[in-house]
Amino acid sequence: MILLTRKADFSAAHFYWNPAWSEEENVRVFGKCANRQGHGHNYTLEVTVAGEIDGVSGFVVDLKLLKEILEREVVSVYDHRHLNYEVPEFAEASGAVPTTENIAVAIWRRLEGKIPGARLHRVRVYEMPDLFADFYGEGA
Amino acid sequence: MSRVIAHLSRRYHFSAAHRLHVDALSAEANRETFGKCNNPYGHGHNYVVEVTLSGPVDAATGMVTNLADLDSFARREMVDLFDHANLNMLEVFRDRVSTTENLCVTVWEIFAGYPHARLERVRIEETGNNSFEYYGEGAPMRR
Repeated sequence: MILLTRKADFSAAHFYWNPAWSEEENVRVFGKCANRQGHGHNYTLEVTVAGEIDGVSGFVVDLKLLKEILEREVVSVYDHRHLNYEVPEFAEASGAVPTTENIAVAIWRRLEGKIPGARLHRVRVYEMPDLFADFYGEGA
Repeated sequence: MSRVIAHLSRRYHFSAAHRLHVDALSAEANRETFGKCNNPYGHGHNYVVEVTLSGPVDAATGMVTNLADLDSFARREMVDLFDHANLNMLEVFRDRVSTTENLCVTVWEIFAGYPHARLERVRIEETGNNSFEYYGEGAPMRR
């Protein structure tokens, strides 16, 4: 088995807010991230898939196809968007605050089962070079 | 989502001096073992510490741990101790060579005391070209 990783970038706005809490509680817990005007980041996504090397092509997965899947399932949905207002999994009613952790989980759920011939191994999301979250799947 | 386990990694920076030297070895043996790192006056690095913590993503906050808590812990327990210090002068390196391997173990011991998430990995870049990882006592190498 071999692991293969593909990167993609997207830039998006977000803020942290739990609608079940008072404004004071949101500010206490989330600090400057609770500013409801939003702020933004250049995110880097690293998707790692696991599989066997195909005897004919030498591929674990066709990289062009993987790039297209990342573009279709993630980048076209997240890039130059406001995560809280424009991405359904982070809409206020969903209850998922668009933290780096939850973005990694959401991207895993968007990609799971969509990559032919390989198994999703890890989703890593960098909010900035000094902060990233990894998700290895439900129950991992 | 309360039982969804995610890993969170955060990088911290500090600059410190050190010298690789073992008192029990002769001057020649020290020079032979540690090369230029044994320079008697010491030298220094811009260290980058990457800590990885895991835990359930809290349903209310969306977080494994609040970064404000982690950052203040890291500053208080690690950066304030190491930044612009000479590692060899610190109590923890009195009987331990200040290699980056041993620094990984020391940083592990510090972050093992962080109360809000489980420590999974400590990775330290001594320079842009070398890095060291530690997963805790007896733990096998992982991803």
